[in-house]
Amino acid sequence: MITCPRPLVLALTGCSLTVGIGISVYATSVLAQEERADAALNQLVHEPPTMEDLESADIHPELKKVIRYGHDLFTNTQQLRGENVFNDMNCSSCHLGEGRVPFSAPVWTAAITLPDFRGKNQHVNNLEERIAGCFAYSMNGVPPEYGSDEMLALSAYHQWLATGAPMYPDKPIYGRGFPAPEEPTEDPSYARGETAYQENCSICHQENGAGHYENDEYVFPPPWGDGSNNWGAGIARLETMAGFIYQNMPLGQPRSLSDQQAWDIAYYITSQERPQDPRYTGDVAETAERFHGRSLYGQTREHDGHVLGDHDNFGEKGDIKPWNVGMPRFENLSEE
Amino acid sequence: MNNTYVSRVGLCVGITLIAAGAVAQEGNMERGQAAAASCSACHQADGSGMNVPDGESWPRLAGLDADYIAKQLHDFKAGRRDNATMATFANMLNDQQIADVAAYYSQLPATQGQGGDEANETLLARGQQLAERGDWNAYIVSCQSCHGPGGKGVGDTFPGIAGQHAGYIHTQLTAWKNETRSNDPQNLMGAIAKRMSDDDIQAVSAWYAKQPASADQESTQ
Ligand code: HEC
Ligand code: HEC
Ligand code: HEC
Ligand code: HEC
Repeated sequence: MITCPRPLVLALTGCSLTVGIGISVYATSVLAQEERADAALNQLVHEPPTMEDLESADIHPELKKVIRYGHDLFTNTQQLRGENVFNDMNCSSCHLGEGRVPFSAPVWTAAITLPDFRGKNQHVNNLEERIAGCFAYSMNGVPPEYGSDEMLALSAYHQWLATGAPMYPDKPIYGRGFPAPEEPTEDPSYARGETAYQENCSICHQENGAGHYENDEYVFPPPWGDGSNNWGAGIARLETMAGFIYQNMPLGQPRSLSDQQAWDIAYYITSQERPQDPRYTGDVAETAERFHGRSLYGQTREHDGHVLGDHDNFGEKGDIKPWNVGMPRFENLSEE
Repeated sequence: MNNTYVSRVGLCVGITLIAAGAVAQEGNMERGQAAAASCSACHQADGSGMNVPDGESWPRLAGLDADYIAKQLHDFKAGRRDNATMATFANMLNDQQIADVAAYYSQLPATQGQGGDEANETLLARGQQLAERGDWNAYIVSCQSCHGPGGKGVGDTFPGIAGQHAGYIHTQLTAWKNETRSNDPQNLMGAIAKRMSDDDIQAVSAWYAKQPASADQESTQ
């Protein structure tokens, strides 16, 4: 598996290529070794520190406390339920392995690439604003205030994970996001997706996609329905969902599904209902036109004629509007 | 739950969390107690089993999920789970008796796990890490992401492992690693065990043996 002692960061030095997370992920395939070696030639390969590394790190004990709190918020975001979180998820429900794992949208990447322009809200975002985005959409919530203890702790955790990685890297980042599998040979099919979901996923996420809490404690998050992310979330896009599934599911068996299966299941899941997009204008067609180029939002489901997103169910948060959505920035610069 | 749907796609209903209860045979605890007479030599009258260091440990059955117990007995009978000792005893039970003993053991109060006393602090810390956070550098998903918070089990698919004997946890993980146990649905357990080192297995076995198996036990300790 891991064949050499792991230095905290191998990003810059290009040190030993046998190092890094993700490799052993694909230990079953010989390709894994080659993939990483190839990647390190022209991509930034960074291995974020672990919570064990934090204990031995030479940083101020107060900073350690805050980073620990950030990690705790990231992996148990349900502690903010009813205040900032209005669905059944943690940040780590999608950013697996505490936000460190390649191909599971590792989050330290944001700390070294922001501030930057973001197409989703059409202005320059910093790390806090990026985190706030996942609160408003992925957590169907309302972000903690900028500069609040929670926001500071979360961003401290993100930034610390990036320890040693270069700011504004000049190479693409290995394992960033949820890269989609190859285009499927056949168009994604709802019926095939349904069958494959029930065979491979329902044992944990349930037949109805509601996920599973055991004695009121989080175990399996819901891929759709009221307890899931809302329509505005990145993972509601077909391509992102296909990437997430292919790279990460079933839990513990990444890249075990075929490309076709991943697309079919993604099509099935993204054809289900979830809480309304907080950017909803009151009109599904208009909202689709303005914000939903890459999701099935606003489209008519073939088998039952249902128009996806045509409802005003915002989930548990009701009519609370996340303060960051549509918040104008840099208006004084917009003249230029 | 939509049963017509399930049968349409030809699913094995028994493997999903909510569906299994619906199809399981109704067990009777009194009959179960009688049928369990032949089991107590190893699993003990109170279902506590026994940790047998360097030998074949007898798992605690008390407090395990009834459908999980029944599944294991069917698996032993059908040879899907391979163990000479248990094949003999499982073969003595018919389907009704399996449901009965499962019901009986599931309602016995869980007892404390044994073993793992030789583990030092470093090993226990590693065990706790694997249990609660996993080791994603080796793609070992935390045990609790499937076995639930505290390792107390989730539905009838993911058995409680907290408070199980260290020797038994150890043999099972090693069996999955060596592919001599493979009756888990979708290879969910096998995929994880194969990535664990022998030290990892020892660490997590010792740690779980020392954890309370149920909430009641936690409050009385
Ligand atoms: C429902 C799934 C989901 C949840 C829950 C979620 N995220 Fe995300 N997150 C995403 C997706 C999808 C992306 C975009 C990945 C991509 O670039 O394709 C993303 C991106 C990010 C990024 C930017 C990563 C990059 O490469 O630039 C950060 C930072 C982030 N999320 C933080 C968080 C935090 C903090 C939380 C919890 C408050 C959270 N996320 C919860 C799905 C989720
Ligand atoms: C063994 C249980 C298990 C299986 C099987 C499984 N998942 Fe997951 N899945 C999880 C867990 C647990 C998480 C959240 C990770 C965490 O909290 O650490 C998750 C997260 C997700 C998420 C992101 C969060 C959400 O709910 O939207 C999606 C989407 C998802 N899984 C889809 C699938 C699909 C599709 C399959 C089948 C191909 C599948 N899963 C199979 C356990 C499982
Ligand atoms: C001679 C000792 C012995 C007797 C008697 C015995 N068992 Fe077992 N049992 C074992 C051993 C050893 C195992 C572990 C097998 C393995 O390693 O796969 C086991 C495993 C089990 C398991 C699986 C538990 C789990 O957590 O997966 C069940 C259920 C079980 N026994 C039920 C019974 C029942 C019911 C009887 C009586 C009809 C019985 N056993 C009689 C030794 C015994
Ligand atoms: C991806 C889901 C998953 C993860 C993660 C997982 N397990 Fe399991 N485990 C299972 C399933 C499913 C079974 C039940 C197998 C069966 O039905 O026979 C199981 C069974 C077991 C058993 C046998 C229990 C018994 O009574 O016989 C032990 C021991 C065990 N797991 C330990 C662990 C440990 C330790 C970890 C963490 C290192 C872990 N598991 C992580 C899914 C998982």
